[in-house]
Amino acid sequence: METNLCVAGFGGQGVMSLGKFLADATCNATDKQVTFFPSYGAEQRGGTANCFVVISDGMIGAPLGDVMDDLIVMNGPSMNKFLPTLKKGGTLFVNSSIVDANIDREDVKVVKAPVTTLALEMGNAKVLNVIMLGVYVGYTEVVPPEVVWETIEHKLGSKPKLLPLNKLAFEKGLEIGRSQR
Amino acid sequence: MARVLMKGCEAIAEAAVRAGCRFFAGYPITPQNEIPEYFARRMPEVGGVFVQGESEVASVNMVYGAASAGTRSMTSSSSPGISLKSEGISYAAAARVPMVYANISRGGPGVGAIQPAQQDYFQATKASGNGGFEMLVLAPSTVQEAVDLTYAAFDYADRDQNPVLILADGVIGTMMEPVELPPMKSDEEIAAIRAGKAAWACTGHKLDYANRSWIQPGQWDTKKMQQENEKAAAMYATWEQDVQVEEYHTQDAEVVIAAYGISGRIAKSVVDICRSAGKKVGLIRPITVHPFPYAAFDRINYDVCKAVLDVEMSIPAQMVQDVRAGVKGRCPIETCLCSGGNIMSREAILNTVDAILAK
Amino acid sequence: MEKIYSRTKTIQEDKVSGFCPGCMHSTVVKLIGEVMEEMDVVEKTVMVTGIGCCGLHMDYIAYDTITAPHGRATAVATGMKRSSPDSLIFTYQGDGDFASIGLGESISAANRGENITVIFINNGIYGMTGGQLAPTTLLGMKASTAPKGRVAEEHGYPMHMCEILNQLTAPAYLVRTSCNTPQNVIKTKAAIKKAFQNQLDGKGFSMVEIVTSCPTNWGMDALTALDFIEEKMLPEFPLGVIRDR
Repeated sequence: METNLCVAGFGGQGVMSLGKFLADATCNATDKQVTFFPSYGAEQRGGTANCFVVISDGMIGAPLGDVMDDLIVMNGPSMNKFLPTLKKGGTLFVNSSIVDANIDREDVKVVKAPVTTLALEMGNAKVLNVIMLGVYVGYTEVVPPEVVWETIEHKLGSKPKLLPLNKLAFEKGLEIGRSQR
Repeated sequence: MARVLMKGCEAIAEAAVRAGCRFFAGYPITPQNEIPEYFARRMPEVGGVFVQGESEVASVNMVYGAASAGTRSMTSSSSPGISLKSEGISYAAAARVPMVYANISRGGPGVGAIQPAQQDYFQATKASGNGGFEMLVLAPSTVQEAVDLTYAAFDYADRDQNPVLILADGVIGTMMEPVELPPMKSDEEIAAIRAGKAAWACTGHKLDYANRSWIQPGQWDTKKMQQENEKAAAMYATWEQDVQVEEYHTQDAEVVIAAYGISGRIAKSVVDICRSAGKKVGLIRPITVHPFPYAAFDRINYDVCKAVLDVEMSIPAQMVQDVRAGVKGRCPIETCLCSGGNIMSREAILNTVDAILAK
Repeated sequence: MEKIYSRTKTIQEDKVSGFCPGCMHSTVVKLIGEVMEEMDVVEKTVMVTGIGCCGLHMDYIAYDTITAPHGRATAVATGMKRSSPDSLIFTYQGDGDFASIGLGESISAANRGENITVIFINNGIYGMTGGQLAPTTLLGMKASTAPKGRVAEEHGYPMHMCEILNQLTAPAYLVRTSCNTPQNVIKTKAAIKKAFQNQLDGKGFSMVEIVTSCPTNWGMDALTALDFIEEKMLPEFPLGVIRDR
């Protein structure tokens, strides 16, 4: 069993952190193999940001596959760029707050979550990636949710003030993800 | 030992620290910046030295100096920066000064592309500087292998008193993967390694012409120069024992893929996909790209092998010349290539394999 | 009988330097050896030589030495000193090495205030390769690559390394001396000693620029070359302490 995930969005949406949290959780608390590969460009700011996470029971060959099993899209341009890479029967996770384009594929499952709006409602736009991570983990259970939360908790260890908000964000995401299974 | 998720560049740097590397000098260039950045944070914790040189040229020469004083020392760069380092590498090879350096290679030639590539094969394996010297060149295909090879590289360098090159690429350098780190060498062990170099290290000696340290990257006397080259050649000849190669399902293979580094890893997963579909495909993955594992190609069953497929992130193909020397005309050689910073596609390899099998 | 002078033991008796007759490299190398012995630092000293005539004495000194690639001596010395701080590390470089191909390394090491000593031999010409134009060649002075002499419009002006490095904050000691007269030889020796002492005291970057002759490539005999230093070189490269802190 191997899962290829692409996470794509604007720089500043926490796309890389989302991927890293997932990879870190897999490394720390499972026996699975995992790779995290950030695509990188020459620009320091702006533009699209995307990363690839592969989680597998066996050896991982390509840290960047040709075809994605899952795709998380945080903004419009990423939808256009990456939707064609999603395999038939794959799952698309969309930030429905700002991606309003029609999804021109009938052969994929779609999980919608208005993470930008929810994050703003929670009072901190930055937690949108943690909500989306919750959605993804809640829907796929590719790794146990509690393991992912422990990783987030550990990574935010130096900023304990942020923990309650992130916990709320992650659980909201889990709820959305689970409800759409 | 617990596994930790680490970026390739940082894992290489940590492995070096654990191997007793206590001097690093480097210069910024993508995609290897995390190596100097890691050393900048880490060296003060272990009593080591980090210097950001004013250029690649200066950095490699700082390493030449530090290594000549007996310290396990390292530098790193990426393709165009490695070209600049070739001057210092050649000097270290000529003077028989042990040092380790890593090429987190990117697209080329010229400034090329900052994305991953394998365009530096010839430079790494055939001529990393003037004068025809040779080096052990180690090509990891996973972050774990990058750690293990970096750790071992310092022992090879000290054993041979010669530079050792880690030939990685932008994928290995920038991806994160779980690794188990090797044990940290103690201060006592590091001091003992350094003490073992006291006879030749340039740190000052009792006044005695015969026993002074004289680190010479060349000779005035042409006879001596020839003798030094003969000694070096004899040392290079011992490397047959150090050849490392992964041979995967080659025995009955109708197609044998030859690939190294990140391409080798991607190719290995292609072999698995093919095997699960009943296709007889195998892999030869050189881990030492110099010396090259020619003997592995003698072990191919040419009665059933339709072709050897050379897979590289380089256009034109480079390793294919060594593959050709290994195959010696016993079967056709095909290529599957990409370049310019594009990462080798599993689909592309699969399609090429299918085309060969369909012939 | 009282012994008042003996040859420095840092120079191997049965070896030949390779320097031309009348070349002041010999003088400077002797002074360095004497200073090392007087300061009792021979056992911890390493000379980093550049490429060019500045490396011709490697085979006739009896202390530790390493050859740097052309121009990179201060980088090599940086690595060496940082990883072996108890050693006394000095570079020995000519003008092509220090001021032309190695300009980046030279200025950067000075700017970092590396705790090393530079002995910079300025004779206004490339020696070993046969009299080519150096960054320090005087205006009008002929060189094999400037057969009509140095022309400002084409080659620019002679470079004054002490003054250039004096623009930086870090260097501790910058001095220009010569070996054209006995008095100046004595001053040069004192400057070398001070530059070494600075390193032992951890003061940082010290450089002794020594204006010397190259009778062979200047195309004159050794005595005429002394006059040339006095009349032509020193007006362009005035002697004295440029920085001492």
